[in-house]
Amino acid sequence: MEKFKNITAVAAPLPEVNVDTDKIIPKQYLKTIERTGLGKGLFSELRYNDDGTENKDFVLNKSQYRNAKILVAGDNFGCGSSREHAPWALLDYGIKVVISTSFADIFYNNCFKNGMLPIVLDEKEVSLLMEETERGSNATLSVDLESQEITTSDGNKINFKIDKFLKHCLLNGLDDIALTLEKNSEIGSYEDKIKSQRPWL
Amino acid sequence: MSKSRTIYDKIWDDHLVNTNDDGTSLIYIDRHLVHEVTSPQAFEGLRMTKRKVRCPEKTLAVVDHNVPTTDRKNGIEDEESRIQVEALEKNCKEFDVEYFNELDIRQGIVHVVGPEQGFTLPGTTIMCGDSHTSTHGAFGALAMGIGTSEVEHILATQTLIQRKAKNFRVNVGGTAPDGVTAKDIILSIIGEIGAGGGTGSVIEYTGKAISDLSMEGRMTVCNMSIEGGARAGLIGPDEKTFSYIKDRPRSPKGDDFDRAVGYWNALNSDKDAYFDRDVYLDAAALPPVVTWGTSPEDVVSINGEVPDPEGIDDEIRKETKKSALEYMDLKPGTKIKDIELDVIFIGSCTNGRIEDLREVAKVVEGHHVNENLNAMIVPGSGLVKEQAINEGLDKIFMAAGFEWREPGCSMCLAMNPDKLLPGQRCASTSNRNFEGRQGFRGRTHLVSPAMAAAAAIAGRFVDVRDFVK
Repeated sequence: MEKFKNITAVAAPLPEVNVDTDKIIPKQYLKTIERTGLGKGLFSELRYNDDGTENKDFVLNKSQYRNAKILVAGDNFGCGSSREHAPWALLDYGIKVVISTSFADIFYNNCFKNGMLPIVLDEKEVSLLMEETERGSNATLSVDLESQEITTSDGNKINFKIDKFLKHCLLNGLDDIALTLEKNSEIGSYEDKIKSQRPWL
Repeated sequence: MSKSRTIYDKIWDDHLVNTNDDGTSLIYIDRHLVHEVTSPQAFEGLRMTKRKVRCPEKTLAVVDHNVPTTDRKNGIEDEESRIQVEALEKNCKEFDVEYFNELDIRQGIVHVVGPEQGFTLPGTTIMCGDSHTSTHGAFGALAMGIGTSEVEHILATQTLIQRKAKNFRVNVGGTAPDGVTAKDIILSIIGEIGAGGGTGSVIEYTGKAISDLSMEGRMTVCNMSIEGGARAGLIGPDEKTFSYIKDRPRSPKGDDFDRAVGYWNALNSDKDAYFDRDVYLDAAALPPVVTWGTSPEDVVSINGEVPDPEGIDDEIRKETKKSALEYMDLKPGTKIKDIELDVIFIGSCTNGRIEDLREVAKVVEGHHVNENLNAMIVPGSGLVKEQAINEGLDKIFMAAGFEWREPGCSMCLAMNPDKLLPGQRCASTSNRNFEGRQGFRGRTHLVSPAMAAAAAIAGRFVDVRDFVK
């Protein structure tokens, strides 16, 4: 997994609650057996018109947001289906950070497995950043994971919280399967224990 | 360990492999269900790192999302779907995992198959790369949806790294009136707590209206926990649970079964166990409900009307709900009973079990599907289909003008050829009314099987309680 340390990029506003993973990546893109190449399907039902041309009204199609690498979204982002294709699509498109007042648990988890950073802030902070992002390409945000700090283009700073373990994995790009396999003998002893305690399993 | 614990606390404690100083824990996974959509990249990851499946015998794979529900003896026409199905078959062979293919009578939606096979047991941890894994919580199991990276993690290690969630109790007291089903109960709960209400929590459903439910009904309730934001929802096991499990192909037999029942009984939450949050609903006061918008939290009584978002204070929420109305082509104040339908879909991991089909048969027997709409019934598994045929339900459905299909996820998520056309309006027994979920620009209203059946006859929403006289 790629490391995540910091990013300075344009942030795009998505002022909508309950953005579900079906919306992030519709089902027709789930038939792939690869992790890559999903960026073309990101928000496809919003991004494209029926004839396949771009919908000019969709935020990521506006010139000032074309290079956005950060999304600022409404509450409960990433709800619904567990499809990891949602963070894969965001990442493939170039989005590395999503900021919201809350995330669905599975989506939140999936981000960390792919070197992406979802940031939870309170309502006031999210609406402040939402206003910042309305300013388009002039409104870049800097996100630094080590110091857990977001800096706006005017120099305002917002701190964010993050789980210690998840931060450690992101900063170092750790593969958690390899980490878990280091505990192989503990897993083995657990299995021996349940064989006698719950033999029906 | 002497302090009072919830059932979630107990299952968690019994599956801890270790806990790190930073509060993360490694928990053991007893059962791993696999389907074709979220697993190919996980198996590919194993191949690339030369890892094996640690416990193939604790893993069960079935194809469900992509399969057509028409006759499939001649294979799958859609190339991408076929490749994905073939990939699962090949992966299961290579990694020695048991696999039910689309022609196997045991094939069906993964969350119907697990319980049917006795693979799902109380007190177990059950994971699957599918958010509706919460279904299995109906048996008093800790069951959660996971992403593909976590699927790979379980395949390789039979464990998951987790942080403990909060305990959230939803107590549904009273007796549900006739015509008010498990689906109406869970939709009402989601309407109450919101689509993100259960985030960070495991919900335990308690109360008379919950214990009154059959196992099928309990699965419907737990299934939609994720629609209320909770990764897992569960119900303490009781005699109904045990008798459902007994004599299933993979359930414990003989002495093992008796010993297991002793363990399962002790799992129930202690009387004074602590819950971080409590919500109460009175089942006696619930009506049959219908969703009007594009989130499962958009719930309204069959006797109500489409609400007006103008009254919502939060700007972002207000705009979201206004655009949902636009998508659904509905106006505030429209009576739910005035909404006309094009398609009826009965099936899915929420409502594709035998009891759901019986409910439908009860409503439609002697009637005919309205001439303005198409109605289809997709059983949750080959065994559900067989049971329905044995009970003569198929004849009732076909006489009433329903299409009677082969098992699979079908129009719940429209990855197979069963799709809504743009603009079509569907009464669906599935779990998600998201934009485009059942087909590009399709419009979904979530309802119970009985309500979907009544709507199929009437051509619009009706109160099933007025319908069945």
